[in-house]
Amino acid sequence: MPEQLIFATEVILNGLMAGVLYALVALGFVLIYKASGIFNYAQGVMALFAAMTLVGIMNGQVPFAHLINATFGTHVYNFGWNIPALLAIILTMGVMVLLAWCVQRFVMRHLVGQEPIILFMATIGLAYFLEGVADLMWGSEIKTLDVGLPQGINLWIDEVTFNIFGYGFFIDNLDIVATVIAALLVAALVAFSQYTKQGRAMRAVADDHQAALSVGISLNFIWVMVWSVAGFVALVAGIMWGTKSGVQFSLSLIALKALPVLMLGGFTSIPGAIVGGLIIGVGEKLFEFSIGPLVGGATENWFAYVLALIFLVFRPQGLFGEKIIERV
Amino acid sequence: MFYREAGDFKTSYVDDSQTFPIKFDRYRYYVVLAVAFGIIPFIINDYWANALLLPFLIYAIAAIGLNILVGYCGQVSLGTGGFMAVGAYACYKLMTAFPDVSMFIHVLLAGGITAIVGVLFGLPSLRIKGFYLAVATLAAQFFLVWLFNRVPWFYNYSASGQINAPERDVFGIIISGPNAPAWATYLFCLIFLTASAIIARNLTRGTTGRTWMAIRDMDIAAEIIGVNPLKAKISAFAVSSFFVGIAGALFFAVYLGAVEVGEAFGIQKSFLVLFMVIIGGLGSIFGSFAGAAFLVLLPVLLKLVGVDLLGWPTDIVAHLQLVIVGALIIMFLILEPHGLAQLWRVAKEKLRLWPFPH
Repeated sequence: MPEQLIFATEVILNGLMAGVLYALVALGFVLIYKASGIFNYAQGVMALFAAMTLVGIMNGQVPFAHLINATFGTHVYNFGWNIPALLAIILTMGVMVLLAWCVQRFVMRHLVGQEPIILFMATIGLAYFLEGVADLMWGSEIKTLDVGLPQGINLWIDEVTFNIFGYGFFIDNLDIVATVIAALLVAALVAFSQYTKQGRAMRAVADDHQAALSVGISLNFIWVMVWSVAGFVALVAGIMWGTKSGVQFSLSLIALKALPVLMLGGFTSIPGAIVGGLIIGVGEKLFEFSIGPLVGGATENWFAYVLALIFLVFRPQGLFGEKIIERV
Repeated sequence: MFYREAGDFKTSYVDDSQTFPIKFDRYRYYVVLAVAFGIIPFIINDYWANALLLPFLIYAIAAIGLNILVGYCGQVSLGTGGFMAVGAYACYKLMTAFPDVSMFIHVLLAGGITAIVGVLFGLPSLRIKGFYLAVATLAAQFFLVWLFNRVPWFYNYSASGQINAPERDVFGIIISGPNAPAWATYLFCLIFLTASAIIARNLTRGTTGRTWMAIRDMDIAAEIIGVNPLKAKISAFAVSSFFVGIAGALFFAVYLGAVEVGEAFGIQKSFLVLFMVIIGGLGSIFGSFAGAAFLVLLPVLLKLVGVDLLGWPTDIVAHLQLVIVGALIIMFLILEPHGLAQLWRVAKEKLRLWPFPH
């Protein structure tokens, strides 16, 4: 195999792994969009919030410590205990469910029946709000998150590829774990929405709110549930991204990266989110690898959007989206 | 008592279709203009100009531009920051290439160039709608910022990658650069804002505005009754980008003076202007002013109360500001989806009947 091709293969593999992480965030969007028609811009900030909460709980930080100290002149920072990762994850999940309930109770319930664009703007407001709250609660400095996931180069792949091609591929263990977890998550979500009572109710709500109401499905409950599930997906994404690159503000920007993924895959399709994520992941890595050096690099910032834009011009509903039918 | 149509007889069609049909409104408008042009320039100082007035004037222009696109034509754009950057860089290239030409012409040309770029990125709006379009405009935002960051021609190969506004004048009065007097920069921006507002107001009252609103309300129905969607959408993108480009040019040349593109015109700016439009009121020129004033004032007020009065550290106040802005946006959307402008409209309705509400 010529050298260029080997490099390209490595780039493609890494792109696939990155794509899985994009797809994880995109999944959260698709869930909420399918169930309530809300395009939840705050998904990325939810991931940030979840990761920060997880770190905070694990380290035993006092929430709002900075604010309390500034107001009362005290010096409390730490409860002085460390909580094991698994328990902390469960506690964080509890916080995310609480958040889901608050969002439903105080925001979305009052906006039922508004135009989609108003709902979208509301979630932008929610994103700002959550970001501020997360910073106030846990402080805005960069934190490291370690829940015991394996990290660093996978030596086995390195060795095997070295024996075959004479060049060892660099693939991060974390990416492999992320891929496995994402696959499990998607399988679980599909099983949940296809085979459980709540999942069926969720699909019924997505199909027709009023009809669902009339057969006795509680909209409130379903929506809280959907937001909780989205919170769970955000937590998983937050753990992955947080472990990879530290828990910091830029984590919330992955939401923006997930948007072109969604557009490629279609807003309403779970497989679409996965395929879209993979296409974007591979596409931007390959583009950066082949064209990037010619035009000054850092093309990853915009490639995904431009790809999605060009793609949409030819197929406005995305790859797997339902055909958009407009009636007067 | 004063706020009445009664007794204010219109005797010609021109009178009948004027912007402010009620006498009180008309006088208020003249008084505001007189104060803005005649009094403030004499009492202004650097602090007031830089902390409040210039950002307000410039953001108001940007908000008017975005309001035309989002509020009147219904095409949600998240690319405002990118288009402002186009205006800024166009202005910079013009300023350095033609030092002797008046700043007025530079700023107008910068607006024109932005309009062309805006049309280019607006073309997909014919196929893509709603959210998909909002996300597609992100392509403009990220691509343009990247372009200005990476192509050295745009920043004249300067080592820092920044652009710095050279000293330029209008009729011999310095407008840009560190030596520009506060009153001159203020008046310069004010003239652009006044012109923008008048143009926007009259455009949205006339045929153009009505076709935009028809597209906004239901594009297929509009098409059936004979509105050309191509013309309507493209003209909305052009006019909107023109104003946004002017705002970007002023933001760089007059207000900041030195700009690093990712910092000054990043995605946050797009959202900021969008929030101004939402809080102010979609589809209202007055709303653009109100929204811009609100979001320019809010951080200053918070800083005043939080840092100076309560003695909190600045980072807490910055975070609180996020919380408050977020909460306000949600509150506005729940309580009054049409923004401050609607509150104003309701207040005026009440005033007309006051003091006898029945």
